[in-house]
Amino acid sequence: MYPAPFNYFRPSSLEDAIALLIELDEDCKIMSGGQSLIPMMKLRVGEPAPVVDIARIPDLSYIKQVGDVIHIGALTPHQKIANSDIAASLPFLKDCGGGIADHQVRSRGTIGGSVSAADPNCDWPTLMKALNADIVCTGPKGERVINIADFIVDAYTTTIEPAELVTEVRFTLPAGNQSGAYVVFKKSAPAYPSASAAVFLELDENNICRQASFALGCAAPVAVRSSSAEAYLVGKAVTEDNLEHTAQQLVACAQPKSNAQNSEEYQIKLLTAVFIEAANRTISRCHNETVTKGHLYA
Amino acid sequence: MPDLKIHLIPIDVTINDKRYQVEVEPRLLLVEFIREKIGLTGTHVGCDTSYCGACTVLLNGETIKSCTTLAVQADGATVLTVEGLESADGLHPLQQSFREHHGLQCGYCTPGMLLSSYALLEENPDPSRDDIKKRLAGNICRCTGYQNIYTAVEEASKLYKEA
Repeated sequence: MYPAPFNYFRPSSLEDAIALLIELDEDCKIMSGGQSLIPMMKLRVGEPAPVVDIARIPDLSYIKQVGDVIHIGALTPHQKIANSDIAASLPFLKDCGGGIADHQVRSRGTIGGSVSAADPNCDWPTLMKALNADIVCTGPKGERVINIADFIVDAYTTTIEPAELVTEVRFTLPAGNQSGAYVVFKKSAPAYPSASAAVFLELDENNICRQASFALGCAAPVAVRSSSAEAYLVGKAVTEDNLEHTAQQLVACAQPKSNAQNSEEYQIKLLTAVFIEAANRTISRCHNETVTKGHLYA
Repeated sequence: MPDLKIHLIPIDVTINDKRYQVEVEPRLLLVEFIREKIGLTGTHVGCDTSYCGACTVLLNGETIKSCTTLAVQADGATVLTVEGLESADGLHPLQQSFREHHGLQCGYCTPGMLLSSYALLEENPDPSRDDIKKRLAGNICRCTGYQNIYTAVEEASKLYKEA
């Protein structure tokens, strides 16, 4: 399978890339690893358009901590994030980056591509929604910092402006003594997740939840958060019953649709199950236990 | 405006220690470049949708799916395909081990399995069976049921340690 013919440009600096995007006037596709774009092009989804390959732009592949903010360059591959020292101390990053598709895809695919693709089944947007992350876009007018909730506004739809590129994903470390986990259910490693959940919790010495944030992926056009579900759990013990009730409130905000693989009812069960699993792994991490389990498979 | 006529792009790629400087259409997939332009047909096209891993090669030392990579993205890179594993001394230890432990039946997935296993052993010469399973998660085999493949990689890792 070949993509339709297209013109190819490979700017060697961010300035050149932005100048080229202005010149091409919206009518182009931006590619980094190409792990989402190339399959779409091979299926000839959408009109052929010139491709701007930004993979050689220097200095956009990094993960670093400055104060209590984690900065991840847009061109950082998933595997590099998973292997980083920062992911060793923030295991939810390893859950996510190290669990995307398979090693081959993780070598090429980048976090900037993942958030730009805004696929409702993609992993990073769900984790980053729970972390209340910011997306940094760089364009002709300089940098804009956009909260992920205002960046991904619909399935495959972002508020990026013409001639802008995503250059960084950044998030503030969860306040207090929170731990987190990210769990997905999928049919096999290279498949997209069927359901995913990110959970962050802070527990006191009596296992009472002090802070909570959750997000569900594969649940609606954009990752789902529920302030009422988060508020419900805060102040309560993280018992099986309380987690079940929290899950019910959270999945009530999902908009699952029956498809060829899953019925709506089954999708609700999957979302509930991945939420409970992510919550339980988070609770273990709150108790300083090491949890290195991978995703859940059919 | 940039030139909107489809142009050929010069690329400079080293495959199994041999350098190729050619011009390619931007839409040419790396796997088609390797198979049809260079004639190295050991790299297979299985699903052609980034799922099965039969097209796995090493690009600058990292496993990738060459059906989901454009040849132009490999410009300036070094590529290792299954043909590059064998040396003047004969089969690579992984190839020997796959043969001895019946790590293949039809053989279609084998080039990808070998390269994913090669990359694993380069990084970690003493992997657990679980490490092997995780690393081969992006390579699908419809014959063996995987157990003999995992055994072949385990046994090859012993040859690595001896070497």
